[in-house]
Amino acid sequence: MSEARDYKVIGTRVIRPDGVDKVTGRANFGADFSLPGMLYGKVLRSPHAHARIKKIDTAAASKIEGVYAIATGADFPKVGHEEITGGEGAGDFADLATNVMARDKVVYHGHAVAAVAAISSAIADAALAAIKVEYEVLTPVMDLDAAMADNATLIDERLFTAGLPQKPTKPSNVAAYMEFKRGDIAQGFAEADVVVEGTYRTPTVHQGYIEPHACVASINQGGQATIWCCTQGHFDVRSMTSKVLGLNVADIRVIPSEIGGGFGGKTTVYLEPVAMVLSKKSGRPVKMTMTRDEVFRASGPASATKCTIKIGAKKDGTFTAMSAWLAYEAGGYKGSSMAPGAMCVFAPYVVPHFLIQGYDVLVNKPKVAAYRAPGAPQSMYACESLIDDLARQLKIDPIELRLKNAVSAGSQAAYGPKFNAIGFKECLEAAKKHPNYSAKLGPNEGRGLAAGFWFNAGMQSSAEVHINENGTVTVVEGSPDIGGSRASMALMAAEELGVPYEQVRVLVADTESAGYNNVTGGSRVTFATGMAVIQASRDIIAQCKQRAAATWGIEEELVEWQDGQAIPKPGVNADVKPLSLAQIAANSGRTGGPLLGRASLNARGPGPGFSINMADVRVDPETGKVDVLRFTAIQDAGKAIHPAYVEGQMQGGAVQGIGWALNEEYIYDAKGVMQNAGFLDYRMPVASDLPMIDTWIIEVANPSHPYGVRGVGEVPIVAPLAAVANAVRAATGIRIPDLPLSPPRILAALEAAKA
Amino acid sequence: MSKTRVETKINGEQMEFLCEPQQSMLDVLRDTLRLTGTKEGCATGDCGACSVLLDSRLICSCLMLAVESNGRQITTIEGISRGETLHPIQQKFLQHAALQCGICTPGFVVAAKALLDENPNPTEEEIRYHLAGNLCRCTGYDKIIRAVQDAAQTMRGEAS
Repeated sequence: MSEARDYKVIGTRVIRPDGVDKVTGRANFGADFSLPGMLYGKVLRSPHAHARIKKIDTAAASKIEGVYAIATGADFPKVGHEEITGGEGAGDFADLATNVMARDKVVYHGHAVAAVAAISSAIADAALAAIKVEYEVLTPVMDLDAAMADNATLIDERLFTAGLPQKPTKPSNVAAYMEFKRGDIAQGFAEADVVVEGTYRTPTVHQGYIEPHACVASINQGGQATIWCCTQGHFDVRSMTSKVLGLNVADIRVIPSEIGGGFGGKTTVYLEPVAMVLSKKSGRPVKMTMTRDEVFRASGPASATKCTIKIGAKKDGTFTAMSAWLAYEAGGYKGSSMAPGAMCVFAPYVVPHFLIQGYDVLVNKPKVAAYRAPGAPQSMYACESLIDDLARQLKIDPIELRLKNAVSAGSQAAYGPKFNAIGFKECLEAAKKHPNYSAKLGPNEGRGLAAGFWFNAGMQSSAEVHINENGTVTVVEGSPDIGGSRASMALMAAEELGVPYEQVRVLVADTESAGYNNVTGGSRVTFATGMAVIQASRDIIAQCKQRAAATWGIEEELVEWQDGQAIPKPGVNADVKPLSLAQIAANSGRTGGPLLGRASLNARGPGPGFSINMADVRVDPETGKVDVLRFTAIQDAGKAIHPAYVEGQMQGGAVQGIGWALNEEYIYDAKGVMQNAGFLDYRMPVASDLPMIDTWIIEVANPSHPYGVRGVGEVPIVAPLAAVANAVRAATGIRIPDLPLSPPRILAALEAAKA
Repeated sequence: MSKTRVETKINGEQMEFLCEPQQSMLDVLRDTLRLTGTKEGCATGDCGACSVLLDSRLICSCLMLAVESNGRQITTIEGISRGETLHPIQQKFLQHAALQCGICTPGFVVAAKALLDENPNPTEEEIRYHLAGNLCRCTGYDKIIRAVQDAAQTMRGEAS
């Protein structure tokens, strides 16, 4: 249960323990690791978006001096169908195995078909060029309309839509259907005074982490392997590699490097199993790194979507019914983020009657991966855009319209459970008061507002707290630190133990040195791994009380822990002097051995997160270019352990969302080849595109966490898409339903409106 | 392929190395000299993670051939702080939490140094345009801009 209390270090803006190494270039990221005798591995990728592999001839490549191993699909075992659990994205191990290395078919441009390991990158490139692959080229299926058409080319002839009441009679590209409903939507729409409807599309976008995927794999002749890699979850790298290669989990040790961004994109494997096969065949360690081009073409972007939303409302703004038809591209294999997108779409609102229908659809694009609040930005972009239009039609302030329908504690979420304490109304009230909500706007300028939501995750975490001989503290945990979580862990351990923050150091340990942890994802680390650190610290306190009691010869119940020391309860044996953590540690040899605290848990009650974002934009009528003038992010964090890193999450998510709204998209040609696989043409926001991002942290304590923490990392990307789009609508008077709102699209809409 | 011998000064230290004519400065720094603080994000000059100073000019080391460094001076992230003390830019990045994952940080620190060496009192807009060649996907740039503003103030000898 959450405890109201005065904190000593929680909520302070301390310097992160891994900071100095990161500003001086000492920190080792994925591509920074090397071993003696290491070979360089590279992947040959399909030049076709959709084709059957007829023959692969590696004879010439294998004769090149300096080539030590060549791998194709024939070197990988057949993997049976089994759902992948524990990660952040949806998927199947059989599909994962063929995504890592194609067998009989390629399903996107850039799909891996062979790999080589050579003494240098240049020789590896020469070997790739010498591999001959014969393809039977098939028609590429490049968007939802084409994929869902009756006579569509099939990407997987054995795929029958799952989740329908009756098994369909013929295969299709629709992998799954999902439905949520409440009440009677026909009745709900009949009760409405106003009904609005809109169809919205979002493009394929990439997480855009700056560090490409990289790993070194080394497997010995006895089958024992070590993998060094950048990942959001090294335990998942271990389990996925073990499944894809049919190896024993205990024989694979995964050592996580520092990670240069992931946003969900580093929750699966691409290179690791391939490097393992090359290492096995060559008998040497193999390093593999993706180029940026490969990251765009062959890692896991986020789904393009088509969403139709319909809302019925009374004149006073009360929602009577809502429906959503949501189609999400999965890429070449099933498993998009359609399900969480469907669960989030109406989550902020009380809706008596609703129907949500979701479709998971194959297209000839790379298999999507999680991207920050996976699925939510797309469906909520659609819903929040339509609510904006409804507010305009009803002449109700967009904050008031949302307040009228907002969920609060006790409301039944559209996706099922009843909400506990949540901060949505608090965010809306804060937005009303924010000076940016009443700032003056000039010509061609507009203001947009939207809500964001994400469940946040709990899942499995474990941690150890070691007390060193001088009373300093080492926290051993297994959640890769992607944005300053070591600082949060150290703050929580310091708060519990009552020692200065600087006396706590945090180690993100490998799969053999730390207990199991699920991925760094789902905004779960500060919440769940933090809870494990708090419990492990409390384990230490219990042991310290026991040792003090034994030292003093009193009952354990008569000892208290206060400000980093054991003291007797008031009125008990007043002669004894308090024992500090350092004193107990120094004496531990005489009182029972080293102090080692442990905790493992499956964290429940992660505490849903809500946000309100406001964007002010200026649209240049000559060029269609949008400038963001002000951006305000308001979000319920439960309790901000390190406020600067909470603000950082809000600011970073806002800017990713701004990029999604304004510029970012995969552009394909008719053959299914991505035309902009580089940072020059896949235009992510740069510093000169942006204003400062104003943040207000709201703190409505999550009752399931000792300090009230709820996850913060994912909510920030959800609201910006619609906030920016609604601002463009306000500035231009035109609703442009498809993202991105890039200059050519806006210009075309402005000119069409004039004509 | 025959290799070329190159003599250059890196972070004030005279160095020599052999490289192939097509090798980039970035590859030599990282793979040959093991100076892995300079990062590769794209290898096409679009992300700035590989920023170094060539003499005193800010460049993307991925766009420079290693042989071109002969007789020149290169400063990498490893050469920004000397001895026991961090450079004020590094200090302010830490204080302002201007990094999350940290992969772009070396490039930003080097790029910010190039700016402040030339312009000790830049406006916010000048900082934003100067750093527009460095991509950060985590922070939204807000705290990076503030860290550079604060570092500039400290370097000018004003209290922050």
